[in-house]
Amino acid sequence: MAPKSHLHIPQPSARPGDKPDFSYLRLSDAGAVKRPESNTPASGIEFLAQDMVRVLDDDGQAKGEWAPDLAPEVLLEALRLMLLTREFDARMLRMQRQGKISFYMQSLGEEAISIGQGMALLPGDMMFPSYRNQGLFILRGTSLVDMMCQCLSNTRDMCKGRQMPIMYHNRKGNVFSISGNLATQYPQAVGWAMASLIKGEDNIAASWVGDGSTSEADFHYALTFAAVYQAPVILNVVNNQWAISTFQGFAGGERRPFAARGLGLGIPGIRVDGNDLLAVYAVTRWAARRAREGGGPTLIELVTYRGGAHSTSDDPTRYRPKDEWAAFPLGDPLQRLKHHLVEAGHWSDEKHAALQEELKRFVTDSWKEAVTYGTMDSGPQLDVREMFDDVYAEIPERIAKQRDQLLALKGETP
Amino acid sequence: MSQMNMIRAINSALDIMLEKDPTTIIMGEDIGYFGGVFRCTDGLQKKYGEHRVIDAPIAEGGIIGSAIGIGVNGLRPVAEIQFADYIYPGLDQVISELARLRYRSGGEFFSPVTIRTPCGGGIHGGQTHSQSPEALFTHLSGINTVMPSSPYDAKGLLISSIETDDPVVFFEPKRLYNGPFDGDPNKPAMTWSSHPGGEVPDDYYSIPLGKAALVESGDELSIITYGTMVHVCQAAAKRAGVSADIIDVRTLVPLDVETLKNSVVKTGRCLIAHEASKFSGYGAELAATVQEECFYSLEAPIERVTGWETPYPHAFEWDYFPGQERVMAGIRNVMEAA
Repeated sequence: MAPKSHLHIPQPSARPGDKPDFSYLRLSDAGAVKRPESNTPASGIEFLAQDMVRVLDDDGQAKGEWAPDLAPEVLLEALRLMLLTREFDARMLRMQRQGKISFYMQSLGEEAISIGQGMALLPGDMMFPSYRNQGLFILRGTSLVDMMCQCLSNTRDMCKGRQMPIMYHNRKGNVFSISGNLATQYPQAVGWAMASLIKGEDNIAASWVGDGSTSEADFHYALTFAAVYQAPVILNVVNNQWAISTFQGFAGGERRPFAARGLGLGIPGIRVDGNDLLAVYAVTRWAARRAREGGGPTLIELVTYRGGAHSTSDDPTRYRPKDEWAAFPLGDPLQRLKHHLVEAGHWSDEKHAALQEELKRFVTDSWKEAVTYGTMDSGPQLDVREMFDDVYAEIPERIAKQRDQLLALKGETP
Repeated sequence: MSQMNMIRAINSALDIMLEKDPTTIIMGEDIGYFGGVFRCTDGLQKKYGEHRVIDAPIAEGGIIGSAIGIGVNGLRPVAEIQFADYIYPGLDQVISELARLRYRSGGEFFSPVTIRTPCGGGIHGGQTHSQSPEALFTHLSGINTVMPSSPYDAKGLLISSIETDDPVVFFEPKRLYNGPFDGDPNKPAMTWSSHPGGEVPDDYYSIPLGKAALVESGDELSIITYGTMVHVCQAAAKRAGVSADIIDVRTLVPLDVETLKNSVVKTGRCLIAHEASKFSGYGAELAATVQEECFYSLEAPIERVTGWETPYPHAFEWDYFPGQERVMAGIRNVMEAA
């Protein structure tokens, strides 16, 4: 007799050539989800992990209890930062295509997450980003020139030529160093938050992973440690539907939302429209307040769509419909915030076009300055001696010898 | 000065650092209320509180990962992994994060984590409680690897390991916790009270990382070893009647090349011994170093005495363990070679 069970291989709703189908995405109406007090016990608010907190409706109106009380100038600043992130990405993508940098990763379509969440945190709060959080760096004051120099591995590269493009850090701005290994930052963020309490401080930590990375053991370690010690940390899952070519079902997202992953540990989960800056800001504010007031961790799932390729080494037309992003029911975060501001009378298409031009110029000027510090094949170059520094606090004799060996081969004096 | 076994010496080092430096915290499985399965942290939680001596969930990757974050936030974590055999779930955090954080961030971030972990066999631990995985760590750039062979060294080296801003993996040969085991399981167990290495100052002192110890002086042979094998080699050399320098490297990284070199240039013969298996073991690095530094002084091929290239068995523990007979056979080989 044939067995009744079979190995389930998750299938995405559409492949190249198919009509995009997002019927699997459970949506709530803007304003429909209740906003409990931030100190409500986790057991009473499990609906937040199932429903979807949304503020902006299709007409650009802010609806419901989650609508944050943000001044128009704050929202305009958010819009500017999102647009700057997008213009920066567009420029860097072009530079990679032209061979000026070796690699790039855009955050196209996900800009509201870094900007909205970053704005909801305080300057002393520590961020442990993933590789698609460039908005956090921009928000925390990393100059575009510095970010470009990192991508160029040039003489002003903050990483001294040791990391692939986009692996930024900003110590003064409290943004941690990006690792190429997935989810490793999650338990580190929890540890950082634990230390904050051990030291008697009220800074909190926040970290980001993608839907795919929730499969990593580090994700689960982090949730366990955060729950056990009630660490003041916000653990974010950016569910952009795709982990390179595998859709979110391959991370176990087919049956229950990622926001529900913490419920078994008593960690409240919030599922939020990740393309709605107001909703993203509001839930992060809620979680930050909860953490600061002793309520421990919150897991936030930000539902969004990866508008571009995974990286410049990827070709998404081979595994998903070309027009899938256009069909994504949560739209484009930048257009949605713009729509809201225009509807509210604080913004206009003309102003938007002018701002876009201004930011394009700013990005172009930044690039022009960045390349004065060197490119991969011209201009000033990093001193190869620096390859041997920072392995340890002080350079050990063995490594110093190896440095001198290389210098001798290159005909340079140590 | 007190008589201490290695457990008490480690406890004393932790106690002193918790007292001296308020940023020191320790964490691990069963280390708090209970005081550790080997008792190394006994009484420390009572003295310093649950916020500085922290019981952790059974998740080595989580312990090391969170310790890194704790270190980034300005504290000085000492993480215990209950057995070296259990460290593997945390390896990505050690290799990709802890060892390379300073480098990858251009020197701006670092995390001064010390990982303490008992290693080695001779306690009927079978293949999951007897391993010596030090070579996995010595291969990494950006991390120091330490293994003491006496209570005195354990305390002084642990204090240095905690104090350095570089990460350290600190291996504690568990068969040496209670006495200087010389490889003979049939003899009544010796205690540290009759061994000079068991004389330990009560107060603060440190032993710099990167300095080997010459535990015996001789002129016919250089025996280079560390951990439990230091004592096995001492006994074997005595029985073999060979006049040998016995060098305990103590810190595998950074390695004290000078001490090895001076000895082998003097004796012309070299035997390397460790408990871990031979192929790609740390002994291969020692042999290569001796060859590079002392080739023209060598009168015989370098001899290696190690564990076999099998997992550590439960039933044949003393056939696996490189005991005195194996070291003596190695000594014969290296002394009889032309």
